[in-house]
Amino acid sequence: MARIELDRIRHAYMPHPRSDADYALREVHHTFEDGGAYALLGPSGCGKTTLLNIISGLIHASHGRLLFDGHDVTRLSTQERNIAQVFQFPVIYDTMTVYDNLAFPLRNRGVPEVEVDRKVRETLEMIDLADWARRKARGLTADQKQKISLGRGLVRSDVNAILFDEPLTVIDPHMKWVLRSQLKQLHRRFGFTMVYVTHDQTEALTFADRVVVMYDGQIVQIGTPAELFERPRHTFVGYFIGSPGMNVMPVEVEGATARLGGHVIALPGALDTAASGTLELGIRPEYVRLGVEGMPVTIRKIEDIGRHKVVRAHLEGREIAAIVGEDEEVPAEPRVRFDPAGINLYEDSWRVGMGA
Amino acid sequence: MLELKNVTKTIAGVDHIRDVSLTLRHGSLNVLLGPTLSGKTSLMRLMAGLDKPSSGSIVFDGVDVTGVPVQKRNIAMVYQQFINYPVMTVYENIASPLRVAGVDAAKIDSEVKRAAQLLKLTPYLDRMPLNLSGGQQQRTALARAIVKNAGLVLLDEPLANLDYKLREELRAELPRLFAEAGTIFVYATTEPHEALLLGGNTATLSEGRVTQFGPTVEVFRRPVDLITARTFSDPPLNTIVLRKHGPDFVIEEGVSLPAPAEFASLPDGSYTIGFHPHHLALHRSSPAAVPISAKVTITEITGSESFVHLDFADVRWVMLSHGIRAFEPDETIEIFIDPRHLMVFDAAGRSVAAPARIAA
Repeated sequence: MARIELDRIRHAYMPHPRSDADYALREVHHTFEDGGAYALLGPSGCGKTTLLNIISGLIHASHGRLLFDGHDVTRLSTQERNIAQVFQFPVIYDTMTVYDNLAFPLRNRGVPEVEVDRKVRETLEMIDLADWARRKARGLTADQKQKISLGRGLVRSDVNAILFDEPLTVIDPHMKWVLRSQLKQLHRRFGFTMVYVTHDQTEALTFADRVVVMYDGQIVQIGTPAELFERPRHTFVGYFIGSPGMNVMPVEVEGATARLGGHVIALPGALDTAASGTLELGIRPEYVRLGVEGMPVTIRKIEDIGRHKVVRAHLEGREIAAIVGEDEEVPAEPRVRFDPAGINLYEDSWRVGMGA
Repeated sequence: MLELKNVTKTIAGVDHIRDVSLTLRHGSLNVLLGPTLSGKTSLMRLMAGLDKPSSGSIVFDGVDVTGVPVQKRNIAMVYQQFINYPVMTVYENIASPLRVAGVDAAKIDSEVKRAAQLLKLTPYLDRMPLNLSGGQQQRTALARAIVKNAGLVLLDEPLANLDYKLREELRAELPRLFAEAGTIFVYATTEPHEALLLGGNTATLSEGRVTQFGPTVEVFRRPVDLITARTFSDPPLNTIVLRKHGPDFVIEEGVSLPAPAEFASLPDGSYTIGFHPHHLALHRSSPAAVPISAKVTITEITGSESFVHLDFADVRWVMLSHGIRAFEPDETIEIFIDPRHLMVFDAAGRSVAAPARIAA
């Protein structure tokens, strides 16, 4: 497998782009390490599929270079780049057996039949379809067909990377759990370089070692799931990751305290540098403590979603969400406190540091 | 109200819908929850009059509408695929059912603007649907369903093709939109989480049967059988077959749980217990909790929570734990099961008693 370097990649679908707004992908400069599992996460139109297609060679970027292990592949075709791809919908041959579907990419490359047999059997075990090897693909369920697609992506060990484009979208929730954990196990065992595009936060966070969050043609943060949860660099990351997303509210900051309306909130520290822009405090619903102490709120709605409740309330005239446990009671005169560990500050939407 | 009475639909000898009886009231939100091919779409087509039942009857506000085609009934449908008229503006798309009904222009204008405002489409009224994002296109289809002022609105996985953040926002708005209209609102989904967020009532479907129908949280907390419990659990329900022996549930040699008081009178024998992933814990949550050893297969971390996949005896479980739990594969860890959270099913899969402690 290969290390993938994106060297100042930009892409516009129109012929003569002038401003940033004309670019589907603004400058991306980043390296995917050999053997890493990455997810590209963002809303539709953020540029994640454009970026994946640039790596695969389905699109040639209008600017910048792409390198696999230091070799410039910018001008190479998809086939010459030697990568495997798995798409949203199963791409398989209905008239072939499950076995032959998996053998096809190997036979195409003239791999000796003994080796084909070994690899196909190994892959059948991985995707748990060994008992179905001799069956025609036609008539299999959507789940099984998508497993074959995954298997075809995994069967060749000589590829530079495996790219996934929303591979579990058509799969039922229960099967998603099974396939997701299998993919993760495969990654641990074989160390493939994997890039996985999705708009589903659970899929991205659980699959990847590092998640690349994209918004409006740019990468806004690259981080581990914990980093994205605890320290979102941009309010968009706070909003997009987490259900519900982070609460964001305008505040005035003085030393190590923030003022919200008539309330004073203790911060984990003072601002590292004096701020000149609009300041906002961000706190995830998981860090909002509902009880009888703190700032009074009016409860608007309680959503019981089984394992916990989402309490939607008004604080100083603004909407705020808090998460409370399955068995926790909501007090008659509710108040909220913010756990300082979960407080972040944003200046013009970007996170600013607070010294300890 | 809409009543389905013993409705069955058989196509080429195969039962698609089996003996379904349901009563849905005006102003109610009703979720049809089940995996692909469990019968959600078939049931909606029968409700709409797009298909005629093989047996049984469908009654709307006291009038038998069995076999009355959809054109003759006041019904709105929204599908997973966004369906709009591509050559009409968003405004005309929303207005179309009112134009067909011969409503006067002033009334049409006010209705379209109201629906557009509810669905945040006001800036796009002059645009063509294909120049909009998927979310905006689906909101256009929903706005059309709203202005139609239909007695029955059927939504077949309407948010499945949208970004999950958009889904979150629309999901929060939808129940309110339709509750205000006094409509009977039917919503099909494969996702338990979506059913819980929507609230209202839920009918769980399996192989063409409605296995349970009731208030959503009630069905989630007190499933009448194992199939319903499985259908309504995401992550998948943890289960294990065990033997009741006197005061104990014996899982395997040397590992047993004290059977909670409400199960004390159960006869000895074989049962399946089920419990949700967030009811497995790394710490003893109550004195009654029982420690067991399990082997980690993989850990998935979302940043706020961890899904720890575990092998115990010959079954695979998932533990949902707060915070980051970076266990290594093959690591053996100690976890706790609190017997108060157990659901117990007999050999036929029927619930023999629900955990009484958890209020719905």
